[in-house]
Amino acid sequence: MLNHLAVLQVVVPLLAAPACLILERARAAWLFTCLACLLSLGISIALFLQVQASGPISYAMGGWEAPWGIEYRIDALSSFVLLLINLVAVAVVIGANSSLVAELPESRHSPFYVLLLLCHAGLLGIVATGDAFNVFVFLEISSLSTYALVALGRDRRALFAAYQYLIVGTIGATFFLIGLGFLYSLTGTLNMADLAQRLPGLEEKRLVAAAFAFIVIGIALKLALFPLHGWLPDAYTQAPSMATAFLAASATKVALYLLIRMYFDVLGQEAVNALFPMGALLLVLGAAAVLLASLAAIRQDNVKRIFALSSVGQIGYLVIGVGLGSALGLQAALLHLFNHALIKAALFIAVAAVVCRVGGSRLDDFRGLGRAMPWTMAGLLIGALSLIGVPLTAGFVSKWFLVLAAMEAGLWPLVALVLIGSFIALFYVWRIVEVAYFQQRDGVAISEAPLMLLIPLWGMALANLYFGIDTSLTVEGSEQAVNFLMGSRP
Amino acid sequence: MADYYNYLVVVLLMTLGLYIVMTQGNLVKKLIGLNVFQTSVFIFYISTAKVNGGTAPIVIDGAELYSNPLPQVLILTAIVVGIATMALALALVLRIKRAYGSVEEDVILEQDKPC
Repeated sequence: MLNHLAVLQVVVPLLAAPACLILERARAAWLFTCLACLLSLGISIALFLQVQASGPISYAMGGWEAPWGIEYRIDALSSFVLLLINLVAVAVVIGANSSLVAELPESRHSPFYVLLLLCHAGLLGIVATGDAFNVFVFLEISSLSTYALVALGRDRRALFAAYQYLIVGTIGATFFLIGLGFLYSLTGTLNMADLAQRLPGLEEKRLVAAAFAFIVIGIALKLALFPLHGWLPDAYTQAPSMATAFLAASATKVALYLLIRMYFDVLGQEAVNALFPMGALLLVLGAAAVLLASLAAIRQDNVKRIFALSSVGQIGYLVIGVGLGSALGLQAALLHLFNHALIKAALFIAVAAVVCRVGGSRLDDFRGLGRAMPWTMAGLLIGALSLIGVPLTAGFVSKWFLVLAAMEAGLWPLVALVLIGSFIALFYVWRIVEVAYFQQRDGVAISEAPLMLLIPLWGMALANLYFGIDTSLTVEGSEQAVNFLMGSRP
Repeated sequence: MADYYNYLVVVLLMTLGLYIVMTQGNLVKKLIGLNVFQTSVFIFYISTAKVNGGTAPIVIDGAELYSNPLPQVLILTAIVVGIATMALALALVLRIKRAYGSVEEDVILEQDKPC
């Protein structure tokens, strides 16, 4: 049983999804989904400990050895990301029932859980597998379920947002497929470790560059990297609130994982930068994302949209860390990947709680909620402080590392950019705080959010505080991942 | 030049498909473009698998050279993914048509403006 943990990580949610379809009662489906996600979290913890203790795990699917068969490979990087996705999934699923009761008719509940589990399985699969074509398949599993999740939203605009996301997402996945086709025709292998060994010796540098360009553009579309982020604000605003909480915290993080895997592990940083200035490109795009998306967030009057655009900006920080290319920069990116997932999970669950009680997420709907829903707003406030990067929160730790990495590289404009980005975040967060705490609400009294939403919200909020003070788990986990990535390709 | 005939077709279909997706305002026509784009990639994979003088990858007496079967299997998977995508997309278009009464992009965007 323990030998099969690597594949069970993906199989458990994948099989739980159709089983959920059979459970027609909404509550039964919810409890079953909770159980599946908790089991999945347990597996990821076991995998994390196992990798920390005894190094990477390789699992040959169906007994076929790599590179002929499909290999599942859990190393320091993937076990770190697996743990994160599972934490987020558990938090979201616990609160999902209370939020869905307010947002969707009961007949739509079990489809929601089916899609959530499928998306979860797809994301875990991308991280767990060591086979590049398998990545494409899981990418499509998670994407297809995401389109349907977005389309479940109450408003008819959700349908159009889902359609647009589908078009962009399919183009992205197909670009990724074209890139893989080039790599396969060059090397004759699809196993990522095998690719990493064969690529450096190749003569056809231009074809490798073309393959990498296709792959990076494909991933950038999924990652919503500026300027390919057009689909994200609409999709996140229109999806059911808890679906947004899950997607914002996990889907883009997995896309970033894929970028890091391809850039540092499969193709190798030096090899790529010898072909074209990838690092500089990422720095420029990341900086543009931080500035422009954050500025756009100030002008919005829907809180979901504010946080969605702030996600685009935060992806900018992640990409800057990757673009710096140093060990410290990569560690900053991984730390922020973890911390930003906790931040966005807390914020979007808080928004879900507001939608649950008030019925909308416009700025006006937040009027006077500081008094009416004190616990929800306090949770949102902690998440927001972490988003800004106030000391003693998780957001501070990752921004601190990013500033250190930028100083190490001597890039002072980047240091200034991180500070400016934080100021802009302070600005759009303040608009929400002002409405919630300093404006009066008239009319019907609003009661505090249901307990089952407050539990995951405060779980995530306290995690933001905890990982801001005791950083041993995140810093060591990311350090090991960095050592692994940098060590494998000296 | 004749050796690259397949790849010329691939590039042609690929750009044509993407062009249709970007320029068409009709949601169904966009999907047709998307399908053409995806199919061009399928042809690309299958073309790379062809070995000159090789037969189909089935064990036959007397045959020594076979085409590479792996890309064909990969594309079988990709076709399934493509069908699922298309089914979901068409279902979305149906729902959009019911909600907005149109499948033209500009008409749909116009209706949501006042909100």
